[in-house]
Amino acid sequence: MSNITLSSRDPARARYDHTIAPTRPWSQLIHRGEVLRIVDLEGQQAVDTLFYSAADHSERYSAQNTLRAQNAAYVTTGTRIMSNEDRVLATVIADSCGAHDTSAGACSCEANTVRFGHHTRYMHACRENFLVEVAKYGMDKRDIVGNINFFMNVPVESDGRLAIVDGVSAPGDYVEIRADMDVLCVISNCPQINNPCNGFNPTPVRVLIWED
Amino acid sequence: MNESETAATIAANRRRYEELKATGQGKDLPLPPPTARDAAPIAGVDVRLRDTIPSGWYWTGHIARGETLRLLNSAATPGVSFFAWNADDHSERYNAGDTVKVQWTAALGKGRVLFSDMGRVLASITEDSCAAHDALLGGSTAASNAEKHGTARHRRNTQENFVLAAGKHGLSRRDIAPCMTFFAPVATDTDGRFVWRDGQLQPGDFVDLRAEMNLIVAISNCPHPLAPSTTPAHAIELIVHRTAEAGADDLCRNATAEARRGFDNNARYFGESPAA
Repeated sequence: MSNITLSSRDPARARYDHTIAPTRPWSQLIHRGEVLRIVDLEGQQAVDTLFYSAADHSERYSAQNTLRAQNAAYVTTGTRIMSNEDRVLATVIADSCGAHDTSAGACSCEANTVRFGHHTRYMHACRENFLVEVAKYGMDKRDIVGNINFFMNVPVESDGRLAIVDGVSAPGDYVEIRADMDVLCVISNCPQINNPCNGFNPTPVRVLIWED
Repeated sequence: MNESETAATIAANRRRYEELKATGQGKDLPLPPPTARDAAPIAGVDVRLRDTIPSGWYWTGHIARGETLRLLNSAATPGVSFFAWNADDHSERYNAGDTVKVQWTAALGKGRVLFSDMGRVLASITEDSCAAHDALLGGSTAASNAEKHGTARHRRNTQENFVLAAGKHGLSRRDIAPCMTFFAPVATDTDGRFVWRDGQLQPGDFVDLRAEMNLIVAISNCPHPLAPSTTPAHAIELIVHRTAEAGADDLCRNATAEARRGFDNNARYFGESPAA
């Protein structure tokens, strides 16, 4: 991948610094102009991420508008993270990894039964995390849409075939995202252990926010 | 867990996944070729509704479980976008990510199904003469029209059509998520860029979608954002007709292990015995 862009932001200057435990949800308001860094501390950890306009949560991330705006299948440096009203919520300004999925969505207990069998019905999943986290803001299942999967590797073949393959992120890989309006960011630190997206072992991720 | 326990857990999880892959992915029924454009005639007695959607407009309405919606593209218009909700619980709706991820492909056609966000089958693609549809990029918006055509003349777009269709059922933009666009031959090149493949659409192409639960459907007849601006857009015909429910030997039910489990989830939802 040729989209590697590194950042020299100093963690000591961050206004916010937090580690999201394995399998857990997280959310935070990020003001316009602020920068969010997500660090895959141990590597191969999918970070399912949604964005909402802080002013009106019914304006939210649109995976399809994001792909169309850049006419390319993966999220990386330069990707404008678009809303359902085609406005720029945020921009990816650094990426030490190179390509992130936004076509395959988040895992759920219900979809797990279809993908892996009914015995996985009672295993924790990203949409359980999303539902708990968005409920804190008065939102519900209707507000959960197709998300970005940072550090998840889903090659789209020319014939349309998809494969969710081993993550390519190394320990310490990160992305940085600049908010282009006040946004609510909601994350599920993915608990999936039935495919390689988390290296079969969910691990912690670190989130930092700088004022500029 | 100590390090050796963690390693053992990872190894066990990976082993289960490899077993699943060995029995599932790649061991599916071979899918049939596209339907011939003169095949699969509909008997007049089975038709419940016919309508014509002018270019740029939308249609929304109820399709009952067991009915089939045919989208007939008589003039090879480039792209017709589709979204659907469970009519009995609007919070259940088409889920693009699950649809492509569960079936391991974004190339949907005859024999594939559309999944809801609840692990159930919303609709089955029982016939398809075209085999060139887009599950990833979505429909047109005001911005995509402006990029393509400029702003001198207003053109209708799929994003607003879906807001209107949802609104007619008391739903709002919160109820809209990534959609499916039929008759949109989009592929990815080796750099991961999306390209439009000319020559894939033919006049008379059609798609049959069999409702696997009671649905509210929204159809937007606006050209796909990647369709060349020179490609003319025309009306689309829709035909809602009564068909048999998916039997035990149904093509779409049996195409993959994943589809069978999806249909089993439908059976549980309806209080029927799985694999009936």
